[in-house]
Amino acid sequence: MILKPRLEDLKIIGFYLGKVILGLAFTMAIPILTGLLFGEFNPALDFLLGIEISVLLGLILLKVCHTEKDLNWMQGMIVVSLSWVVVMFLGAIPLYLSGHWKSFLDACFDAMSGFATTGLTLAQDLDHLSYTHNLWRHLIMFLGGQGIIVIVLSFFVRGFSGAFKMYVGEARDEKILPNVVHTSRFIWSVSFVYLALGTIALGITGIFNGMKPLNSFFHGACIFMAAFDTGGFSPQSQNILYYHSLIYEVITIVIMILGALNFKLHYHLWMGNRKEIFRNIETSTLFVTIIATFSIVAVGLVQIGSYPSAVMLFRKGFYQLISGHTGTGFQTVYPQQFLADWNNLALVGLIIAMALGGAVCSTTGAIKMLRIGIIFKAFKEDLKKIIMPERALVVEKFHHIKDVFVEDKLARSALIITLAYIILYLLGALVGMFYGHPFLNALFESTSAAANVGLSCGITNIAMPAGLKVTYIIQMWAGRLEFMSVFTILGFLIAVIKGK
Amino acid sequence: MKTIYKVSLIILLFILIGYPGSPVFSQGISSTELIKGAKEYDAKTITYTGEAIGDVMIRGEFAWVNINDGENALGAWLSASLAKEIEFTGSYKTRGDSLEVTGIFNRACLEHGGDLDIHVQKLRKISPGMKINRSLQPDKRNLSLILFGALFLIWILTLFRHK
Repeated sequence: MILKPRLEDLKIIGFYLGKVILGLAFTMAIPILTGLLFGEFNPALDFLLGIEISVLLGLILLKVCHTEKDLNWMQGMIVVSLSWVVVMFLGAIPLYLSGHWKSFLDACFDAMSGFATTGLTLAQDLDHLSYTHNLWRHLIMFLGGQGIIVIVLSFFVRGFSGAFKMYVGEARDEKILPNVVHTSRFIWSVSFVYLALGTIALGITGIFNGMKPLNSFFHGACIFMAAFDTGGFSPQSQNILYYHSLIYEVITIVIMILGALNFKLHYHLWMGNRKEIFRNIETSTLFVTIIATFSIVAVGLVQIGSYPSAVMLFRKGFYQLISGHTGTGFQTVYPQQFLADWNNLALVGLIIAMALGGAVCSTTGAIKMLRIGIIFKAFKEDLKKIIMPERALVVEKFHHIKDVFVEDKLARSALIITLAYIILYLLGALVGMFYGHPFLNALFESTSAAANVGLSCGITNIAMPAGLKVTYIIQMWAGRLEFMSVFTILGFLIAVIKGK
Repeated sequence: MKTIYKVSLIILLFILIGYPGSPVFSQGISSTELIKGAKEYDAKTITYTGEAIGDVMIRGEFAWVNINDGENALGAWLSASLAKEIEFTGSYKTRGDSLEVTGIFNRACLEHGGDLDIHVQKLRKISPGMKINRSLQPDKRNLSLILFGALFLIWILTLFRHK
């Protein structure tokens, strides 16, 4: 028998949702300060309105749903799912008010794309967007990449047992430190240190490339946030092509790879355990899959002869591949060029790379390397069992911070999530085909949205049907949260309707 | 009959003027046409019009300028001396110079790592850019004040409730 949720459940969910909303309102102060600094008063006003609406909603929820009770698993998961939807709506308000988005749905699309670190955009006339709004577009990637819940846990929570339930609900099932609040703060410390280093590196490169110093460092900070959080937005409409710089591309490749690594691995590297990077199953799997998928892309591009020199193959083929594999979505080619200059083989190689993604507990989306590694090990174990004598004891293990045996439970969980992602990619492709796009193009865009990548072959544009926009929003949301929170909210809705 | 002669003469003139320059796509090629038909236009002389945006990035004796025609922005590689003619580039606070560039279009430029770009030979400023004055929007300001009032009211109500 399905039990109908009680009023108390709703109050607890509402109360913690209110806290998350207030957390978001707090972050909107950063673009306001930027706006005042750059003398952009109308954009600053857009964010003032955003803050006011968010604080109003947050306070109402805190007052109406006030409770001293802690979250249980179901409530924690629902708070996370709803938080991502609510912050999408609230985060879209200042974007929409700027006038650079055709409709509120388009602004919501970009807000979800930003928070989920996807990078697909429906912005119009991006080259005339204010510093204030541009900072927000990149900041939401930084916030969403670390996790919206991580922000709340880091800055607004002194420690409650429900914290872990919310932390897990945001697709972060690995604790770096024993306490999730400390784990969240560590994630932020790492991110801020890299932010400073990355901004300096990109800022100086920008100046050498001929950019004005202020613009150069502003772009540096934005591009770092988009690269490290494997987001893919850029302050200009041409994305990375705007800079026309090999050094800029190399630096962003390094940052994208850093962003695709597990925060737990970052912790061990910071602690001086450098061997971990070579022993860890995720890094070794990432290395193998990059080589494998790039081989496919390179063969395809050589076949068609689009990029006849090694440098061109690196800057167009390898760059797009790393961008896709790490789930970033930076482009050094125009979307239409994927269809004109890339053959099907190269596109399939890129789609596979996008579908695989980076490490768990990183800012990437998609299936992720740990699951691919586990599935491969389980497959190897089964193969050995067939080949070896019946009495032989076959065990497979892998190294991920510590040595772990491949158990059926582990393999099953990895396979279920992998299957869920594949279904999500295919469902999006079906919707794309329904709107008249060829299969490969539709699969490309769908995988890019669901795996939170952001590469586009041109389907994502302002004229795209509303149905397809909503489909991609749902894909970005479900892909970022890795299904568990999404399944919980679906179960909750069924319980509301059918429960007794 | 005179009209027929006149029309024939005009057509003949057009053909004669157009013939020596047949590989030149002189008028109105949009960025979308160039990107989609990149193979067709590759290594041909084209004329492209749009607004200079972002930074003029000087690289030694040359410079990069990105030019947006309202559909996409394309990279233009030109001599630093030509780039100096550009006074305004488009941003939130400025409308960039409107430029007409004529040069060689590259689908995947060998010199620039495969970038789709234009190597500019001629640059003409169609109209100069300007600073954009943006005054505070009163409807947003008023709404902001109303919401501030609502927040203040909630705060007052909270105080009473505590008492």
